[in-house]
Amino acid sequence: MRLPTIALTLLLFAHAPAHAGKTLDQVRQKAQLACGVSTGVIGFSAADSQGRWNGMDVDICRAIAAAVLNDPGKVKYVPLNAQQRFTALQSGEIDLLSRNTTWTLTRDASLGLHFTAVTYYDGQGFLVPKKLKITGAKQLKNAEICVQSGTTTEKNLGDWFKAQGIKVKPVVFEKFEASIKAFFSGRCQAYTTDASALAFIRSKEAPNPDDYVVLPELISKEPLGPVVRRGDDEWFAIVKWVIFALIEAEEYGITQANLEQMKSSPDPAIQRLLGGAEDSGKLLGLERDWAARAVKAVGNYGEIFQRNVGKDSPLKLPRGANALWNKGGLLYAPPVR
Amino acid sequence: MPIAVAPAPTPAARWRNIGLQALIAGLLLALLWWLIDATATNMRERGIRSGFDFLLEPAGFGIGESLLPFDSTDSVLWALAAGLANTLRVALPAILISTLFGTLVGLGRLSPNLLLRKLCGAYVEALRNVPLLLQLLAWYFIVTDLLPAASEALQLAPHVFLSKSGLSLPWLGGDGGLLNLPQRGAMNISGGAAMTPEYLALLLGLSFYTAAYVAETVRAGIAAVPRGQSEAALALGLTRLQNFRLVLLPQALRGIIPPLTNQHLSLTKNASLAVAIGYPELVSVANTTLNQTGRAAECIALIMAVYLILSLLTAWLSAWLERRSGRWADRS
Repeated sequence: MRLPTIALTLLLFAHAPAHAGKTLDQVRQKAQLACGVSTGVIGFSAADSQGRWNGMDVDICRAIAAAVLNDPGKVKYVPLNAQQRFTALQSGEIDLLSRNTTWTLTRDASLGLHFTAVTYYDGQGFLVPKKLKITGAKQLKNAEICVQSGTTTEKNLGDWFKAQGIKVKPVVFEKFEASIKAFFSGRCQAYTTDASALAFIRSKEAPNPDDYVVLPELISKEPLGPVVRRGDDEWFAIVKWVIFALIEAEEYGITQANLEQMKSSPDPAIQRLLGGAEDSGKLLGLERDWAARAVKAVGNYGEIFQRNVGKDSPLKLPRGANALWNKGGLLYAPPVR
Repeated sequence: MPIAVAPAPTPAARWRNIGLQALIAGLLLALLWWLIDATATNMRERGIRSGFDFLLEPAGFGIGESLLPFDSTDSVLWALAAGLANTLRVALPAILISTLFGTLVGLGRLSPNLLLRKLCGAYVEALRNVPLLLQLLAWYFIVTDLLPAASEALQLAPHVFLSKSGLSLPWLGGDGGLLNLPQRGAMNISGGAAMTPEYLALLLGLSFYTAAYVAETVRAGIAAVPRGQSEAALALGLTRLQNFRLVLLPQALRGIIPPLTNQHLSLTKNASLAVAIGYPELVSVANTTLNQTGRAAECIALIMAVYLILSLLTAWLSAWLERRSGRWADRS
C-alpha cells in the first residue's frame, strides 16, 4: 500500500499535464465518470458481495453521471484511502472525489481543490463501554482512545481535549478493522469517529450492542461533500448544481416515482428544474433535462438519505441537521433559476 | 594459484572511461532535476501549495506514547522527531534481541543434537514463511485479548501493573519528585513508564521474525568456513569451544556481518508496519501529518530521506565493524 502511494504522488505529479477546463469534455469523450470513493464506509460508499457500489457518496457519482452522460451506470469507482484521495484528484486520475471528505480551510485553500457543496453534516462523537459508567466526554480523563488515521478526527481530538484541559492518549490505527477490533477487545476506553459511523459500529460490529453507548457530545463539525480540481469552473458548477438540484427536488416533492407526473406540473419552479419551461441545462453545458435525469437515477436528496443511511437502511440515522432548512435542518440549496 | 590481472588501461582509454561515467552521472542528475522541477511546476499550476513551511506550525494532534515529551501544541517537526524516536525505541532493542536470539537458533541448527537441530529448523521455516504483517497482528491480538482490562489490571509488584494498557513500571522523573509511580486510576493506570501492547507486539514480532533470518545468516557464515579448518584445530588438540571461538567464529564473522546488516536495515524499515497495530512511529506520524496538511509529496520525501539516513548510518556502522572484525581475525 505504501509503495503505490509513493508512486502515485511522484509519478502522477511529474507526468500528467495540467488540463484546466476540460473535465466535462474528457468525461464525455471517455463516456465514463471516474469517481473517487472510500475503500468501504457503510452508508456512504461500500461495495457489496457482488462488487456493486452503494451509498450516499456513490449516489452522488451516479447522479452526476446521469446528468452528464445520461447513464448512471457509466461510473468507474476508484477506491482510495485517506492518504491517496487528494493526490488522485490533483493528478487527474479521478474527475470527482465523492468520499466522505470534510470541508476545511486548509484543504479548500491549499490543495488545488474546490469543495462543491455539503452532502452530509456530520460531527465527531465517542463510543464507550457501558460498564465504565461514563456519561459525558469530559469524563474521559487519561483515557486511551482508539482512532483510525487519515481523517480530521485526530486533530479534533487534540483540539477538544486541549480546550477542556484534559489529557487523553490516542491509539492510532491505519485500518478501520484493526481499530474497532482493538476497541472491542478492550484495548481502549473509548472509540472516536464521525457520529454517522458510530451508530453503525455499535449496532453491527459490537459483540453485544447493549454493552456500549454513544456519548451525547459531538466535538466537531464535519461537513462532508464532493471535491473537484481547481481551474475548471465549468465542471465545478456542474457538480455543485446537480447536488443543489437533488435538494431542490426534495423541497418541491419531486421523487423518483412521481417524476413523470411532475414534468407536467403547473408550478414554474418545477418546470424550470425539470427543463420544461426554460433550458437551465444550456447554462451548465448540459442537456435540457439534466436535473430530471439525476432524480430519475437516484431519487431526490431525501430518498438518497433514507435509502443509504436513514430509516430504510441498517444505520437508521435520523435526518437531524441533514433535514431541509424548512424542516429544521441545514440543507438549503440556492434556487435553480 | 595464478591470478588473472587486467592489463593497465592506456591513458586514452582512461579518459574515455572518466568521460563516460561523468556523462551517466550528469544524465542521472538531469533526470532527478527534471522530476523535481516538473512536480513543482505542475503543483504550482494547479494551485497546490508546496514547501516545508508547515513543519514549524503546531501539529494539533496528539501522540499516544512518546519517548520525547510531546504536546499537541508542539510543532509538526517535533511530532516527526517524536515519531523517529519511537521508531528507534523499537528498532534498537529489536536489533539486539533478534541478533542474540537469531545467533542461538543459527548455532542450534548446527548442533549435533537432532531434536534441537529440527526444532531450530522448524522455527526458521515457520517464522520466515509467514508475512510479517500477519505476525504483528497475531501478536497484537494475542496481547490485547489475553490481558485484563485496565480497570482490573494485574498487580505484579508494588506499582507494577499489567493490563490491556500495557506494562506500567515506576520511572525516573515526572511531576512530583524523583520517582514517578504508576497509580491505579478510576479508568486507567496513569504515571510511570508504560510499555503499551502496541510496543510489545511490535518488539516481539520484529525480533522473532528477523531472528529467523539472522539464524540462517549465522548458519551459512559458519558453514562457509572450510571443514579442514575445524579438523585441523581439533587435531591440534583444541577443544570444541576453543575451535569455535578461535578458529570458526573469526573466519565466519567476515561472511556474517554484511548480510546481518541487511537484516538490521530491513528490521528498521519493517518497523513502519506498526501503522497497522497503532504504534506511533515515524510513518504513522507522517501519515497523520500528510492528512492534516495535504502535503503528500513533502511528507513522503521526508520519510524517504529519514530512512535513507538511517540506512546509511547502519551501513557505515557495519563497515566499521567489518574492518574491526577483519583486524581481529588477522590478529588471532
